[in-house]
Amino acid sequence: MTSSALSEPQRYLEAQARWHPLEIAFWLATLLPFVLAPNYLVLGSQIAITALFALSLDLILGYAGIVSLGHAAYFGFASYTAGLIAKWGWGEPLTGLVMAAAAAGVLGYLTSFIIARFRHLALIMITLGLGLLLAEAANSASWLTGGADGLQGVRMWKLLGIFEFDLWGTTAYSYSLAVLLLLFLVARRLINSPFGLALRGIRENAMRMPAIGAPSPAHIRKIYTIAAVIAGAAGALLAQTTETVSLETLSFQRSADVLVILILGGAGRLYGGLLGAIVYMVARDQFSGINPQYWYFWIGTLLIAVVMFLPNGILGGLGRLAPTVWRRA
Amino acid sequence: MIASAFGVLFDGFAYGMLLFLLSVGLSVTLGMMNFVNLAHLSFAMLGGYVAVTLTNDFRWPFLAALPAAFLAAAVVSVAFERVLYRRLYRATDLDQCLLTIGIVFVSVAVAAYLYGTIQQAVRLPSYLRGSVSLLGQSFGTYRLFLIAMALLITALVAAALEYTRFGAQVRAAVDNQRMARALGIDVDKVFAVTFALGSGLAGLGGALAIEIIGLDHAFAFTFLVYVLIVVSVGGLGSIAGSFLAASLLGISDMAGKYYFPELGAFLIYFVMVALLMWRPSGLFGRR
Repeated sequence: MTSSALSEPQRYLEAQARWHPLEIAFWLATLLPFVLAPNYLVLGSQIAITALFALSLDLILGYAGIVSLGHAAYFGFASYTAGLIAKWGWGEPLTGLVMAAAAAGVLGYLTSFIIARFRHLALIMITLGLGLLLAEAANSASWLTGGADGLQGVRMWKLLGIFEFDLWGTTAYSYSLAVLLLLFLVARRLINSPFGLALRGIRENAMRMPAIGAPSPAHIRKIYTIAAVIAGAAGALLAQTTETVSLETLSFQRSADVLVILILGGAGRLYGGLLGAIVYMVARDQFSGINPQYWYFWIGTLLIAVVMFLPNGILGGLGRLAPTVWRRA
Repeated sequence: MIASAFGVLFDGFAYGMLLFLLSVGLSVTLGMMNFVNLAHLSFAMLGGYVAVTLTNDFRWPFLAALPAAFLAAAVVSVAFERVLYRRLYRATDLDQCLLTIGIVFVSVAVAAYLYGTIQQAVRLPSYLRGSVSLLGQSFGTYRLFLIAMALLITALVAAALEYTRFGAQVRAAVDNQRMARALGIDVDKVFAVTFALGSGLAGLGGALAIEIIGLDHAFAFTFLVYVLIVVSVGGLGSIAGSFLAASLLGISDMAGKYYFPELGAFLIYFVMVALLMWRPSGLFGRR
């Protein structure tokens, strides 16, 4: 009896880790824009970057239950790091990406000691405060960051020495998509591991986890650092593909947007942030074309509707319609 | 330099009183129901626009527009409370945050649609303009009026909480909601009334704010951070805490802008993070 009880979580994890046909279809579909909408590849690369950012928030919010209103801090920090590395003469994209993501990881590791100590409103306010602090610092240090004008003079070399970053965004989209897929696989592996289960335990009850041998603060520090690295990769991608960095990358607006995107898609599901990013960015692209003023009206209405009628986001709603098909996704 | 230090202190205190009016309602409702109402300032913005419309288009006197701003914000907030908020009292912090952020977005868009994106101005009566000289110092009349108003309201609110039956019910509900229910207090009703009063105060604050910090369509968003700082630093449900935190924030923000303009808002964010790390539940918080 004991042996079957022991293997129960393992079997659960194995079932979770199995690839669902819909997942494969989703990733194949990401290649469609090359054929169907070659004029929208720049938007596609923006979506991939936003999706990566939302994925990183999902790891801490959806799985570990850490509500953050300052997640743009890591995104923007890596963005500026990547931009500055390129500006100072090292325009090689891949190493720049790794360096910038690592820098965000260091920042995340340092702040994770603060994050792991607090919960609830204090935590929300501290994440918000740290994000605002960094944004103000970047605004003040205009000799380094260019201040409100943004960071100018970022020139990237060819990707892998072959593909140039062009105006149509072919390289940008392929590059962003490849990084997204790679880091998604990492996140997927992480979530379907005992560590991922422990994170979900922390989300449900952070006090009880240490009692069954899983130290909450240590786990929170780990996942927070990992999420910071992924957010940093997204930020670096944005800096490299657009060849400019603005203060907006650090703003509260960006932190709020990514939260909205994640909730819209469905937090606590790996594809939640990805789907949310697609819906949000495409809708914004369409509505802003008509009138940017009204964009907030629609996104606000959408948010109210999601909270009222779709408690688990779009993916959760779909999941209710077809429980067996989407449960694993 | 000493004279200007006093002036900064005065201006900062007036600013702090404004922040207090804008945030005290949120503090009490958050303390009572744990409902994270980020749309609190949307009601303040409503009060502001009501005051602008009444004084400019309908030629009402400014002092008559203030109670109207209070009433409008209170009535509209009750409608929102009955229709939307009450369904989410048992929901998670995150859901409440998102619903109310959604309301903020919609209110910002509606304000932009109706009034455009320009800064609004309000017509002040002549006796509130200019400044008075006292002991070689000149004080803005409007700021004096603002401080007097805020102190009066604080005294009223504190007295009402301390000495009335309703105040006792509110305090009981903030201290321990479930126990209050068990004692037969209709917490939902108490909450609805408190919510209306708090939003009304925000509406009043919004009307009073136009002359000091301005009013545009993004008001509900721009000052949200300040209000959240007051609430979280002051401690949930604490009037004294909110008062102290608002004064501190107003004065330090004004001093920061005056003496270290290159730092921007860096100073207040730093103070907030440091204070919260020292006392996570705020200066006067109990939880």
